[in-house]
Amino acid sequence: MRETVFQRVFAFVVGWGVAILLFFPIAWMVLTSFKSEVDAITPRLTFTPTLSSYAEVLSRADYLSFALNSVVVSVGGTVLALLFAIPAAYSMAFHPTQRTRGTLLWMLSTKMLPPVGVLVPIYILARDSALLDTRTVLVIMYALANLPIVVWMLFTFYKEVPKDILEAGRMDGARTVSEVWYLLLPLTLPGVASTGLLSLILCWNEAFWSLNLTTSSAAPLTAFIASFSSPQGLFFAKLSAASTMAVAPILVFGWFSQRQLVRGLTFGAVK
Amino acid sequence: MATLTLRDLRKSYGPAHVIKGIDLDVLEREFVVFVGPSGCGKSTLLRMIAGLEDITSGELQIDGRRVNDVGPADRGLAMVFQSYALYPHMTVRQNMGFALRLARVPKAERDRKVNEAARILQLEPYLERRPKDLSGGQRQRVAIGRSIVRDPKVFLFDEPLSNLDAALRGQMRMELLRLHEDLNATMIYVTHDQVEAMTMADKIVVLQAGLVEQVGSPLELYHHPTNLFVAGFIGSPRMNLMPARVVEVTGSGVTVALPSGGQVTVPTSASGVRQGDTITLGVRPEGLHVDSAGQIAGEVKLVERLGGLTLLHVTSGVDLALTVQIEGSDATRAHETVHLSIDTAACHLFDKAGLALPRLVRHPMAA
Amino acid sequence: MSATLIRENVAAAKPPRKTGSLLVVPSVVVLLLWMIVPLVMTLWFSFQYYNLVNPEVSGFAGRDNYEFLVTDPDFWVSLRNTMTLLISVLVITVGLGTLLAVLFDQPFPGQKIARVLAISPFFVMPTVSALIWKNLLMHPIYGVLGAVALAFGLQPVDWFASYPLAAVIAIVSWEWLPFALLILLTAVQSLDHEQREAARMDGAGVVAQFFFITLPHLSRAISVVVMIETIFLLTVFAEIFVTTSGGPGNATTNLAFLIYARALLQYDVGGASAGGVVAIILANIVAYFLVRSIARRLEV
Repeated sequence: MRETVFQRVFAFVVGWGVAILLFFPIAWMVLTSFKSEVDAITPRLTFTPTLSSYAEVLSRADYLSFALNSVVVSVGGTVLALLFAIPAAYSMAFHPTQRTRGTLLWMLSTKMLPPVGVLVPIYILARDSALLDTRTVLVIMYALANLPIVVWMLFTFYKEVPKDILEAGRMDGARTVSEVWYLLLPLTLPGVASTGLLSLILCWNEAFWSLNLTTSSAAPLTAFIASFSSPQGLFFAKLSAASTMAVAPILVFGWFSQRQLVRGLTFGAVK
Repeated sequence: MATLTLRDLRKSYGPAHVIKGIDLDVLEREFVVFVGPSGCGKSTLLRMIAGLEDITSGELQIDGRRVNDVGPADRGLAMVFQSYALYPHMTVRQNMGFALRLARVPKAERDRKVNEAARILQLEPYLERRPKDLSGGQRQRVAIGRSIVRDPKVFLFDEPLSNLDAALRGQMRMELLRLHEDLNATMIYVTHDQVEAMTMADKIVVLQAGLVEQVGSPLELYHHPTNLFVAGFIGSPRMNLMPARVVEVTGSGVTVALPSGGQVTVPTSASGVRQGDTITLGVRPEGLHVDSAGQIAGEVKLVERLGGLTLLHVTSGVDLALTVQIEGSDATRAHETVHLSIDTAACHLFDKAGLALPRLVRHPMAA
Repeated sequence: MSATLIRENVAAAKPPRKTGSLLVVPSVVVLLLWMIVPLVMTLWFSFQYYNLVNPEVSGFAGRDNYEFLVTDPDFWVSLRNTMTLLISVLVITVGLGTLLAVLFDQPFPGQKIARVLAISPFFVMPTVSALIWKNLLMHPIYGVLGAVALAFGLQPVDWFASYPLAAVIAIVSWEWLPFALLILLTAVQSLDHEQREAARMDGAGVVAQFFFITLPHLSRAISVVVMIETIFLLTVFAEIFVTTSGGPGNATTNLAFLIYARALLQYDVGGASAGGVVAIILANIVAYFLVRSIARRLEV
């Protein structure tokens, strides 16, 4: 009994300690975003909060266009990936053939291709088809890069629909269309939603293709934030404000979908 | 209500033959139980009837009409699954009304039928709940209710009670029988539990390795098993089997020598066995009696007292294990030596191929 | 008779199933293109003289690009940096991640909130993580770490000047520790509590339980974490791009950054492609083990 009390106190202290330590940089960023530039360069906790950095970042017309680019390429990449993945996962989960297993593993292996390995040809292909610095090229790249993960995650969700339920539906008189509409869709909607969410998060945070294939007009927030790295862009408060706005929505998404993320990120190997 | 006819029904997955030619007639309002060890093909056979598995060859008729190529939705059958297979995103009411909704039955009639089924199954308080908020027994009822509302030609049950605990199982057995009586329905029921088969069936179909071993009423199978497999499978505790040698064959029976010495004359027809043949003698636990003048001597290894009845596990000779059923009031204790007599009228003989020698007198309960 | 029956059944049963299984084809085709086309191009370019801005550089290069690559000291430094980064981050994230996973499995007040805070860094985009760390935390004059050092009477460290690779490792570890924690925590929670109770009945203490029950149970999840992190860590890019640009000198140039620099800063497509081939081979070695370990549990 004494041991468990000690364990609980230990867990509480270390657990919260670690959590606060890990979260500190994010908290500090949010804090700094409410400082003035002068306060920002002194690492102090006391300051007069101001929204001036947010106002300034937002007043730059291009900030909104970067944010819009992020939204468009993330949603676009996710929707495109889902369009291909939903039929593929459905087919492999409900109409498996002898090749299904091999196909799944092969899809997984395409995710292993390191982006730098194919940077050169992709860059040249994009240049030659006049797609450099367009949203289109990012949508395509994100859809392709995430397709294996999306297929896998959907597949594991579809696999969880008990065969019995579909058979019960068929006994109840459901044909293909009513089976999909009344049973599959409602049963797998949460799975499709969390898959889409994972894909959104991955697209939103992607920072290889966005840095290499876009320069200005199609650059999403990852690339915009990177522009703060030049010495003349050293405005801590504005960097923090822009970063906070770029991170906040996805952070909230992430909090709500932790468990499903595990499944997607480990290709169903850990649930 | 409907009749069902199976003619040389077969099923194979590639080179693997699962169902190897089954003929069967299911009469109107009959309660038919498919029973057999796991892997015997009983569930596959049920699913072929349901339309969930293709029929490789042979013919399946419902009311005399060939339905091999009719989809499960159009056969007019209802099935209760082992897992219940309730739709988790629908309420009990929606679950039960789903088939009617698909069939575009007007809402008023749908509600009337669902309410009626809920009343029969005492589900009225739960109609707006979802399956996850129900107990195992309640889910079971919903699954049954879902099939009742459709007023199907035949009810199919795939081991519906195996996920319930023992007490609930006994209760549901009774309820299903009551339902069968109330609905006047044709039912086919799959189980591996011979107690369920014995207690519920009008007709039992014993299956093994994709073939029918025997079809008959419960007591027919109990008293006149046609072969060793059925003899061993039906009845609990199991029939005692011992090797014996044919001494004499006459018109009134076959006399055999027991391994423990002594002879018994069993009233069966000869059916081709001759003097000197080795043969298997079968006798159920209630066919053995503790009797100081008995021919078989053995040591009581274990006593199972069930209250009204007591089971003695006796070892005779080197390794002949026998189960004897005696009155609960009998005071025989473990490690005593007992003598057992055999009720010859209750004996069965099986030839080398395992086939029973037909008994000369039909048991009155197994007409 | 039976033959016609069989044919009828085949005809009745097969078509819907076939269309169902064909729905996978579009995905297979795009992924096949996505894999084959760039791969073949990378291989092809790696044997060519090809400069993005100078069209006069052209023609078959034979082994030249590869020879140039392996004789370039930068290449070996970048390989060493890649491996240092990889191994350090793996040790930090998997080691700490395992301990923290066990810790967060214990009930304590506010555990859910603490867990959410702890895994948050994983959802922060790499460019933000890198810049926040570089400027707000590690900056020798304006950063929090410097202020903390001063408070303890120590000299602030200019991390990116003195220990650039360690600084990058710290940032990347901060990003990936939550990932390891999240995965391993999920795995720990799937451990059957009766198993641990049985071990306690057998007299196992906390430490013995960890080594004989928890760790073996986690082994599979750990291997998955190691392999997935490896895939990503082999090609860390944005963090280096925005903090050090591979420098000072080549101190933080990893293979990914080297290839980028070759291709898009020096316009040497041939040389970059040869580096790309090396990266692909490295990743494939890992991928082989990852795919095999996942295949073992795949039920189709």
